[in-house]
Amino acid sequence: MALDATTEVRAPAAARRPRTFEQRSILVLSQVWSWLFLIVLIVFFSFKGTGFLSVRNSQNILVAITPIFLMGLGQTFVIIAGGIDLSVGWVMGLASVVSAIVIRDTVKLLTIEAERQGLSRVFEQVFTAIGAASYPDVFAIILGFTLGIGVACFAGLINGVIVAKLRVPPFIVTLGVSFVARGVALLLSGGNIVGEQPRLLRDIGNESLFYLVRGEQKAFYILHKPELSGNALRLLDRILPWPVVVWMVLAIILAFVLRSTQFGRHTYAIGGNKEAALRAGIAVDRHIIRLYILSGFTTGVAGVLNTARYSGGSSIAGDPLLMSSIAAVVIGGVSLFGGSGRVSGTVVGALIIAVLQTGLVMMAVEPFWQFVVVGIVVILAVLMDQARDLIVGRAET
Amino acid sequence: MEPLLEVKGLTKRFGGLTAVNRVDLAIRPGEVVGLVGDNGAGKSTLIKMISGVYQPNEGEIYFEGRKVDITHPSQARDLGIETIYQDLALAGNLDVPANIFLGREMKRSLLGGLIRVLDQQAMHDASRELLETLDVQFPSLTARIDNLSGGQRQAVAISRALYWRAKLLIMDEPTNNLGVVEQRKVLDLILRLRDQNIPVILISHTMHDVFAVTNRIVVMHRGRKVAEKRTAETDHQEIVQYMVGALDDSRVTEEPA
Repeated sequence: MALDATTEVRAPAAARRPRTFEQRSILVLSQVWSWLFLIVLIVFFSFKGTGFLSVRNSQNILVAITPIFLMGLGQTFVIIAGGIDLSVGWVMGLASVVSAIVIRDTVKLLTIEAERQGLSRVFEQVFTAIGAASYPDVFAIILGFTLGIGVACFAGLINGVIVAKLRVPPFIVTLGVSFVARGVALLLSGGNIVGEQPRLLRDIGNESLFYLVRGEQKAFYILHKPELSGNALRLLDRILPWPVVVWMVLAIILAFVLRSTQFGRHTYAIGGNKEAALRAGIAVDRHIIRLYILSGFTTGVAGVLNTARYSGGSSIAGDPLLMSSIAAVVIGGVSLFGGSGRVSGTVVGALIIAVLQTGLVMMAVEPFWQFVVVGIVVILAVLMDQARDLIVGRAET
Repeated sequence: MEPLLEVKGLTKRFGGLTAVNRVDLAIRPGEVVGLVGDNGAGKSTLIKMISGVYQPNEGEIYFEGRKVDITHPSQARDLGIETIYQDLALAGNLDVPANIFLGREMKRSLLGGLIRVLDQQAMHDASRELLETLDVQFPSLTARIDNLSGGQRQAVAISRALYWRAKLLIMDEPTNNLGVVEQRKVLDLILRLRDQNIPVILISHTMHDVFAVTNRIVVMHRGRKVAEKRTAETDHQEIVQYMVGALDDSRVTEEPA
């Protein structure tokens, strides 16, 4: 006996009937349009703006999407599970400020004798035991990054616990946490850039995995920065700067987690039907808390990388990027209703935004047009999502 | 034959309201028992006590001859009592194997046990095997549940229960919202379960279904069990009279035997 798929049941009838050619086309288009759009943009700008496809410009775009993508990366998981995290903007600023303060003060503590007078003997001994005094910059940066990311994870924990255990809508919870993070970040930094950072930090934010020297002395270096000065520096291209390496590695790991692990599967299940997930014995509350911590984690990484790139902690670095990061997620095909989406989509979404920005600037178009275009693309993305749902059916979920 | 499930004097009160009043019930392997009654008769409350959602105020539950306290739905599931609710509790955005294995996914090790990933292939194969034993065919197991018909979804929900070695299945209005052909197929599934010695408690408003597959019919009215009849020895008319309270055997059966 075969249960055939032709009888009328409660799901939308459209889901039952064999699909027409147009429906198939819309379905395929809804899955690949963001890739196509990105390619069209790149081709368009390559013809219009000189040097758009250059090594330097492509690397600039990859660097530019770092904070937007990293904030969108954790957000991808949160939105797939049916939530939203509006706190990522100010939490990124908080992570940046905390890491910068910790690095600055730790370096002082370890290098200036007078500063160490006030330190208790226990700390003195611990520092000596782990050799912190010999490598003060390394130690300070490790400590600063850990605490910066840690504080962002803590904000995620607060978000998650209030959403999951106290059943407050995530929109409200994360908005509240956003304000708290904003206040704390501004209090800690006094509203200023937290400077006085070690040189090693700047290198982490700006140096790269590979170097390419153009021109007559064409050369390629791995992990080794050629000694150049003056005009020759203009011929040096940095390929895969460290922040890009970081977001790429995180993207690969988390794409794998979402696709192939139980954690990822449960994330989709909770977004698809929370009740079903509960009845299947999934620890839904705990999972939701972990998702917000993950969002805090990737946001924290964005924050510390921002500190490294600009050699200073900035409380206001993340806030203007919040909406762009959510736009990247939506353009990438993550449904705001939860239940579907991919990490690769968010990469494409972030790239579309950065390509638009860079391309319009290179075409000498008034830069504010980028917002108009991004806004239209976001709406287009949601329309695509809905067109697809009309065809495949969202049913009761 | 020894009953698989036996409840004695089961009672549940909500404040002043007695939702279920001293109900006795026994289910044996190889039978399908219909549980019928008007809205508010106490059917749902009764099965929720058996499936661990509610705790009874009085009475005892015996499973496989042993007295059990079922304080949580997971405990009922561990015993082998699976309840399939009307909404089926499937994740519409996931495919068939993902739903059958939801919460208990098969995993395999990568990099010498360093990381554990989903074993999609094994789950896919196990799902297909399972659906074949139920004689249910799917065009594609990788279709989202949203794209399946109601009968196919019912089959997925039943498969999930069976995979986890259900010994007793409680089904709440399984044919609701199904087309005629699909209703027939779900009823066939219930009979097939019975033949595999997995008894089914069928809750339904559709008299036709109840008469089509049950061996016995238990009628509830205002929290009490007012009748228990062999399906072969009764008819629609009589059952409906019990349901509306026109007939009532409970004064007789309430006496201690």
